[in-house]
Amino acid sequence: MTFRARHLLGIEHLSPGEIRTILDLADRYVELNRRTVKRTDALAGLTQINMFFENSTRTQASFELAGKRLGADVMNMAVAQSSVKKGETLIDTALTLNAMRPDLLVVRHNASGAVNLLASKVNCAVINAGDGRHEHPTQALLDALTIRRAKGRIQRLRIAICGDIAHSRVARSNLILLGKMENRLRLIGPPTLLPAGVADLGCEIFDDMNAGLKDVDVVMMLRLQKERMDGGFIPSEREYFHRYGLDAEKLAHAAPDAIVMHPGPMNRGVEIDGVIADDINRSVIQDQVEMGVAVRMAVMDLLAQNLRAERGRAAAGGIDV
Amino acid sequence: MSADPTQGLFFRDALLVDPEALRESRGHLLVEGGRIAAIGPDLTPPEGARVIDCAGRPLAPGIVDLGVKIGEPGERHRESFGTAGRAAAAGGVTTIIARPDTEPAIDTPEVLEFVTRRAAASAPVRIRHMAALTKGRAGREMTEIGFLLDAGAVAFTDCDRVVTDTKVLSRALAYARSLDALVIGHPQEPGLSKGAAATSGKFASLRGLPAVSPMAERMGLDRDIGLIEMTGARYHADQVTCARTLPALERAKRNGLRVTAGVSIHHLTLNEFDVGDYRTFFKLTPPLRAEEDRLAMVEAVASGLIDVICSMHTPADEESKRLPFEEAAAGAVGLETMLPAALRLHHAGQVGLARLFRAMSYAPAQLLGLEQGRLAAGAPADLVLFDPDVPFAMDRFALRSKSKNTPFDGQMMQGKVIATFVGGLCVFGEV
Repeated sequence: MTFRARHLLGIEHLSPGEIRTILDLADRYVELNRRTVKRTDALAGLTQINMFFENSTRTQASFELAGKRLGADVMNMAVAQSSVKKGETLIDTALTLNAMRPDLLVVRHNASGAVNLLASKVNCAVINAGDGRHEHPTQALLDALTIRRAKGRIQRLRIAICGDIAHSRVARSNLILLGKMENRLRLIGPPTLLPAGVADLGCEIFDDMNAGLKDVDVVMMLRLQKERMDGGFIPSEREYFHRYGLDAEKLAHAAPDAIVMHPGPMNRGVEIDGVIADDINRSVIQDQVEMGVAVRMAVMDLLAQNLRAERGRAAAGGIDV
Repeated sequence: MSADPTQGLFFRDALLVDPEALRESRGHLLVEGGRIAAIGPDLTPPEGARVIDCAGRPLAPGIVDLGVKIGEPGERHRESFGTAGRAAAAGGVTTIIARPDTEPAIDTPEVLEFVTRRAAASAPVRIRHMAALTKGRAGREMTEIGFLLDAGAVAFTDCDRVVTDTKVLSRALAYARSLDALVIGHPQEPGLSKGAAATSGKFASLRGLPAVSPMAERMGLDRDIGLIEMTGARYHADQVTCARTLPALERAKRNGLRVTAGVSIHHLTLNEFDVGDYRTFFKLTPPLRAEEDRLAMVEAVASGLIDVICSMHTPADEESKRLPFEEAAAGAVGLETMLPAALRLHHAGQVGLARLFRAMSYAPAQLLGLEQGRLAAGAPADLVLFDPDVPFAMDRFALRSKSKNTPFDGQMMQGKVIATFVGGLCVFGEV
């Protein structure tokens, strides 16, 4: 096994070998999840707390299911509505939770770096479920697993990431992961939604979608958030769909066997045509959701193994962690 | 503050750092009556004078730190005149130029008199005050510039709040010109920099931090230069930190406008990558820049295009820094770390000692019309004796400031103050 980290805070600190380890284990969990009886006891006796400072339905459900299938005791903290509103700081919330001795903390927060900060204050394994515009590592891992299963490999592919890249943690984590795995990356979007300095990251930048999609093997669409649709970053929803919405005409520029991905939730008719999203020959959007549970199971399994090993060493050495 | 006039102070065999003549030479220096009485290689100590053997170590005019935030009034839990004064003395700063971004702002002669009295009673170094340019630093109405000058204000600034209304700023500049008051601006286009926590580029994009283009600083200075040309006011840009701002500054100076510029010691010694894993002690206003920008600033200090180095001392309590990066307070303390940090440029062979002290002592004093900052007969004996070579590991809890938010925590530094003198009196160190 080559995965030794204590937390999963981002893709940035993972090596290609560690990424493969996670994906290989996730493949096995995909098989498990397709059986009628989906339980293992990898996390039996461990406590998992999901702490979502930002509202989420899909990711939280995915983490909850993953934990339950691994046999963990899972608790969802509705922090978005509670103590933070009363003025408690992030660190105090973390310390309070830490005192309850959880083993796995799954955290989403609206500020970049907030999960790193929290991880430095607790002594359990922390999984970043999305922090601001920074990273969303399990999304990138589930995307990688989806690509690997659809394309048979995760190297030397032409991959286009399209849409609101500036505000997307999904885009950042994917950019880092797919770059580490030696793919050719293209970023497509209006200049107002492309972050500065990305050209230095070894990606090609396109503001014309047809040119950007030419011959790509994978098309990753990003969600355009409602609050950015009117006037501020783009002129209007309909102009955005016209120039950057994925429809059959634009997709025709991609390789004939190109797959279409979307992290969800989709805005049909804004960034993606419903017909494309539902095309079972092209769209792998439902597969992404399925892979999500498996990848999260793999990550939590690996982190739990590391946590047990660390506690074992500490117990042998007489140190309390 | 004055020394015992009966007893002189004789510095034997120092490396005399003369920032006015940009010269460093071995020699002796005699202090009498709180002032420098004589300087030269052939002096002998007069009878009864205390002799300090400097063993060839540098003796320079004490630092005049332009733009220090002290929490009085309003935020004494962050810094008081007493703690700031002790930190300054330990850092070789003999004159603090205090900022008016207090709570409430120093915008009336009454508040100014209050802080002047408080400062004189509690600090071992000299403290001079700047006043706000507009009432409440709100950018709407100018303050009583005339009365404030009479009450001792040395410059007028709204600190990091940009006066966005050009009509208001042009009137304030024109009025200030009639009194020959110095106006200090913060060159920044606030529309672009709003909400920014980092400088736009690869680093900020990877960290997912809201960022501002360096162009915002150039645009801010361009606007201010236009208004200076229009009004003829005396203007100092508090911090110039980007390479692309420099041509505009150079052009304005060449055109004879009365424009000067400063840079904080942090922007001369750190870059955006130092933020690393969202370390909030590296969150500053303006944010740390790219390495190319830092090098351009070092070069601009060496050439004299940038006139002043300041610490931009901004105390922040632990709570305001222990937050996610975007939400954390900006600013760093610098009174005690400014000299060892500046000596990094000396040790790297980039800026000589005389040039450093020109930017830290002579230039700010000249700008504010103070008699400090000179190593010459007749000048006040505000002096710092230091060892530029002694290495140490920076420990933030050893700082005398009430707030410990230094980005240099844990770093290796080189150079320590041996003793600091204000008006011939030793306020720090043992000699």
